[in-house]
Amino acid sequence: MTGGLADYFAMGGYAGFVWPAYAVALAVLGGLAIHSWHRYRASRDALDRLQRPAGARR
Amino acid sequence: MLSTLANPARFMRLSGGALPWLGGVTLVALVVGVAWSLLLAPPDYQQGESVRIMFIHVPAAWMALSVYLFVAVASAVALVWRHPLAEVAAQAAAPIGAAFTLVCLATGSLWGRPMWGAWWVWDARLTSVLVLFFLYLGYIALVNAFDDASRGARAGSLLALVGVVNLPIIKFSVDWWNTLHQPASVMRLGGPTIDVSMLVPLLVMAAAFGLLFLWLLLLRMRTALNERKARALRLYGLPGSDATGIGEPVAAARPAWR
Repeated sequence: MTGGLADYFAMGGYAGFVWPAYAVALAVLGGLAIHSWHRYRASRDALDRLQRPAGARR
Repeated sequence: MLSTLANPARFMRLSGGALPWLGGVTLVALVVGVAWSLLLAPPDYQQGESVRIMFIHVPAAWMALSVYLFVAVASAVALVWRHPLAEVAAQAAAPIGAAFTLVCLATGSLWGRPMWGAWWVWDARLTSVLVLFFLYLGYIALVNAFDDASRGARAGSLLALVGVVNLPIIKFSVDWWNTLHQPASVMRLGGPTIDVSMLVPLLVMAAAFGLLFLWLLLLRMRTALNERKARALRLYGLPGSDATGIGEPVAAARPAWR
């Protein structure tokens, strides 16, 4: 912790491995989370439309 | 019949209440875990800062194995007891397990290059985890390969069960064969050999990944149940409505949630 921020980001020379590892995890797990969330919202909205047709029967 | 319908309904009610809380706790755990791993944990005396890859790689590997076990147990329950939620759970979990396995393989590769001098080696541990990844993909492909969803689910369940033999192979590969991969340092007889300053963030990340799995599992199961219900409604109309009056299919033809 001598050279401050730049030193930290250099990760003792392993920057090219440490940061991509965290980036890959974020991309894969974050991507799955976002995709799953969008599909969930879509499925819920589609079901709502089916259960409450225009001019509600009930 | 009634209880079969009631279970998914009860699941939807309970999971709907749990989902936002689970999501919030998961997010907090992930932020704390990543901050601890990147800022607070000390560099290793041999591996330097590259050891920070461990905080992603090892929990991802644990999840890759546990999620597969979950898929296999759920598949067994689906095959034996035909519990209506078991197949839904197995199919919702498989892509999550595949994602954790991919993260494990990719971070392992990024860690292997500086430490071993190779992105990839065909040794027992790495190869058996790659096989696990293909088992996940095979399960997902097989489930979706049939026009008849219930046949796809059965075929997938059988594959998931057969694939269980791979789990002990992965776990003990580092003991059975000569490999570059280091042996277990946390889940071993006689306790962990890893220092507490690294063990704690490792366990926080493991808990965060576990929570992430639960949140994603509930989310994806709810999605599947919504989609099934919507499909049934499109085919058979609203229960009690006379919109489809004539030609209402006999009850036996209804795919009651299955």
